[in-house]
Amino acid sequence: MIEQIHYYLSYDFVRNALIAGTLAAILGAVVGYFVVIRKVSFAAHSLAHIGFTGATGAVLFALSPLEGMLIISAAAGLMMGAYGNRLQRSDMAIGMTLSICLGVGTLFLAVSKGFAGQATAILFGNIFGVSHHQIIQTLILSAMSLGTLLFFSRKLLFASVQPDLAEARGISLSTLAVVFMVILAISVTLASQVVGILLVFTLIIGPAGIATRFCRNFWSGLITSVAIGLFAVWTGILLACITSWPPSFWITTILFVLYLINETMCRLIFRME
Amino acid sequence: MTSAVSITNAGVRLGGRDILREVNAEIAPGEFVGVFGPNGAGKSTLMKCILGLTPLCSGTISIFGEPPGRANNTIGYLPQSRASLEGTALTARSLVSAVEGGNRWGLPWNTRAARAEVERAIELAGTEECADRPFSVLSGGEKQRVALAQALLGKPRLLILDEPLASLDPRNQMRMVECIAKIKATTGATILFIAHDVNPLLGVMDRVIYIAGGGAVIGSTDEIISSAVLSKLYGTEINVVRAEGKIFIVAAEGNVTEAAHHD
Repeated sequence: MIEQIHYYLSYDFVRNALIAGTLAAILGAVVGYFVVIRKVSFAAHSLAHIGFTGATGAVLFALSPLEGMLIISAAAGLMMGAYGNRLQRSDMAIGMTLSICLGVGTLFLAVSKGFAGQATAILFGNIFGVSHHQIIQTLILSAMSLGTLLFFSRKLLFASVQPDLAEARGISLSTLAVVFMVILAISVTLASQVVGILLVFTLIIGPAGIATRFCRNFWSGLITSVAIGLFAVWTGILLACITSWPPSFWITTILFVLYLINETMCRLIFRME
Repeated sequence: MTSAVSITNAGVRLGGRDILREVNAEIAPGEFVGVFGPNGAGKSTLMKCILGLTPLCSGTISIFGEPPGRANNTIGYLPQSRASLEGTALTARSLVSAVEGGNRWGLPWNTRAARAEVERAIELAGTEECADRPFSVLSGGEKQRVALAQALLGKPRLLILDEPLASLDPRNQMRMVECIAKIKATTGATILFIAHDVNPLLGVMDRVIYIAGGGAVIGSTDEIISSAVLSKLYGTEINVVRAEGKIFIVAAEGNVTEAAHHD
C-alpha cells in the first residue's frame, strides 16, 4: 500500500493535484464555516455557476479560464455583498442571475467554438490537469484570501451570530458582507479547479456543514471542518489513482457518505437533549 | 450630573413620512424606563436613533453627554430580531464568546480576562444552566437570556431592550422582568425596556415613555397611563381601566385592548 502511494507520488500530476487539492480544501473549509453560519450557501453555489460564464468567455478575451472565472465571480460577489442581505438571501434574484449567466456562458462556448471537453473540465473539474503555473496562482490567491478572512474573522463571527448588536457596536455590516463575498468568490473559483463548478458546493459546504452540526464552539468547528476537507480530498485523489475513476466523484462521494453518517448520528443525539 | 439619555425636540422622517415629531425626554442615570405604544408607532426607531443607526431630521439626542453612535461601547442592546442558528451545535456560551471583543480585528481568540467577562455576563443573565447546550435546542425564554448575556458584555451603562418579552409565556415574562430588575440593582445601569403590555413592568419601572400618533410623552406611570393623556396622544378617545392591580388600555370605540395585543 505504502509502496503503491510512493509510486503514485512519483508522478508530477499527482503531486500537483495533491497540492492544489490541499489548498482548496483548507480555504473551502474555513470560508465554508462562515458560509454555513451566515446561511449564504445558495449564493456560494451560484457564484460558482456564474464563474462558468467567465471561464468560457475568457478564451474570447485571451485570458485563462481561471482568470476569467475570478473576474466575473469576484464582480458578482461584490454586487451580492453591496446589495446586502436582501440579495444574498433572495433565492429569486440569485436564481435569475445564475440562469442568465449560464445562458451567456453557453453562448461564449458556442462562439469560441469550444470543445465539449473544455466545458466538461470546467464543470466537473480536472485536478489531474493542474499545471505548475496554476499551483503558484492557487497558492498566492488562497494565502491572500485566507489572510484577509482571518484578519476579519473576529468581526465576521460577531456580525454573523448577532448582526443587529454588531451594527449597534459600530461594525459596518455592508463592508463585511462585501469583503466576505469577494473572498467567497475567490474560494469558489479555486475549489472549482479541484472538483469543478457543479461540485464546488461539496468542498465549501460539505466539511463545514458536517462540522457545525456537532462542534460546539467556533475553534473546534473550524479545525474539524479543515480536517474533514483534507481527508476527503486526499482520500479522493488516492482512490482516483487506484480506480482511475474521476477524483471529483470520489471527493463528493466521501463527503456525502460522511454527511449521511453525521446526520443520522446528530438526529439521535439531538433527540436525547 | 449629565443625563443618561437626553432627547430634545427630536424628529424622525423615514421614506418621506414623519415617524416621530418633537420628542423630548430626560432620563437620569440608573432609571428604569418602560417604553410602550402600538405597533409601528416608532418605539424601535427611537431606540435606533439613540444608537445612532437612524439619523434625526431635527433636534438632538445625547447619551451620557455624547452624540449618538459615539458612546456605543457604553450601550448594551438586545435587538428585536432573534439569532437563528438552526442545525448548528454552537453552544450558548460560544455565542456569547463570539460577541465579546467582537469589534476587534484578528482571530476570535479570547484572553483569560475576556473569558471571565463572558462568564460574568452569562451569570448575570441567569443562563448558567443552559450555557453548554446547543443554542438551537433552547426554549424561546432561554434564547432571549443568551441575547441578554450578549448585550451585557462590556459592562454597559445603558441597556436598550427591544421587546424582550415578545412571544414569552407569562411565567417566563415574569422571570425576565425579575432578571432585568436584578441587573439594574447590581450594575446600576440605566434601562430602556420596550414592551407591549404595561402590566409585567408595573412593579419595577420608574417612569414610562408612551409613543403613539407620532408623538411621545414621558412621566410616572400614573401620570402617563391615564385616559386624558393617552386620548390626547392617540387623537381619539382612550379609556384606561384599573382593576385588580392591573391596567387595561381600551379604545372607546370598538373593544381593542392594548393589553391583549400580543402579536
